[in-house]
Amino acid sequence: MKYLKFLLVGIFFGIIMVKSEAVSWYRIFEMFRFESFHMYGIIGSAVILGVIIVALIKKSGMHSIEGNAITFNPKDKTWPRYIIGGTFFGLGWALAGACPGPMYVLLGSGVFSILLVIAGSLIGTYVYGLLRDKLPH
Amino acid sequence: MEAILEPWPWYVAGPLIALTMFLLLWFGKEFGMSANLRTMCSAVGAGKKVKFFDFDWKSQTWNLVIVLGAIIGGYIAVTYLSNPIDIDLNPNTVATLESYGWDNVGKSLVPPEVFDLTGADAFKSMAILVIAGFLVGFGARYAGGCTSGHAISGISNLQLPSLVAVIGFFIGGLIMTFFIIPLIFG
Repeated sequence: MKYLKFLLVGIFFGIIMVKSEAVSWYRIFEMFRFESFHMYGIIGSAVILGVIIVALIKKSGMHSIEGNAITFNPKDKTWPRYIIGGTFFGLGWALAGACPGPMYVLLGSGVFSILLVIAGSLIGTYVYGLLRDKLPH
Repeated sequence: MEAILEPWPWYVAGPLIALTMFLLLWFGKEFGMSANLRTMCSAVGAGKKVKFFDFDWKSQTWNLVIVLGAIIGGYIAVTYLSNPIDIDLNPNTVATLESYGWDNVGKSLVPPEVFDLTGADAFKSMAILVIAGFLVGFGARYAGGCTSGHAISGISNLQLPSLVAVIGFFIGGLIMTFFIIPLIFG
């Protein structure tokens, strides 16, 4: 039962991703060609509201549903991993036309060949784990 | 009801994504859709060989439940909440893809030219999808997050590393879109 709320959030998220067309390969291609405001509007408005939400949570000292103070983990202040890892991710995002959330949403929408993308991303995650100590972070 | 069946504009979708992030914070978690890949690797035993996957993956079960929800949400949205798909793309985008010989651009969520595995190019498509997924999975863990973890959650928390990661996303995305995709499909 404690997982029900996460199932509902996942369903909610999946519906938003389809209805906003953010799961569409075409929309990602269009975004990277700077030919539509649509994706920038989605991410931009989410971020602007997100900044306000996070600031209000910090200011109010709001507690989670479990009663603990809501905390935020700062990201490590190193740079190579973000720019190099980010570039790898961007190459895949544009080619698959999907990032990790939409991959699963597309599976539910009936695009079964996305399973190959999911399989590839599991392999990629595993290979990162293998090479982690050898990569510049 | 008709407004729900139509595609949702950005100013509806963006705030609802922010609401998703808020709900997860309220539940004591973080919004990030790629960490579950690490959890899945760990769940099938990768932690026995690789230290990175040696953690208490069961504590991340909530994240796998979200994945299940996202799959169900995708099914509900296309089955019950959608008119026939006709994405209102920029005509220049459509013209570029038609110049690759693509048909029916925007008439489905994903292009059959990439995702259909029944034609003569099935092997090529399979290779493209696996490689694309590899780059997504490898890059997301290397960068420590994906679109939701960095572009939404990280920047909402004013994290400069997340902004750098998003710049990386765009370096990779632009190289793929302007140089590699035309080589593959053009």
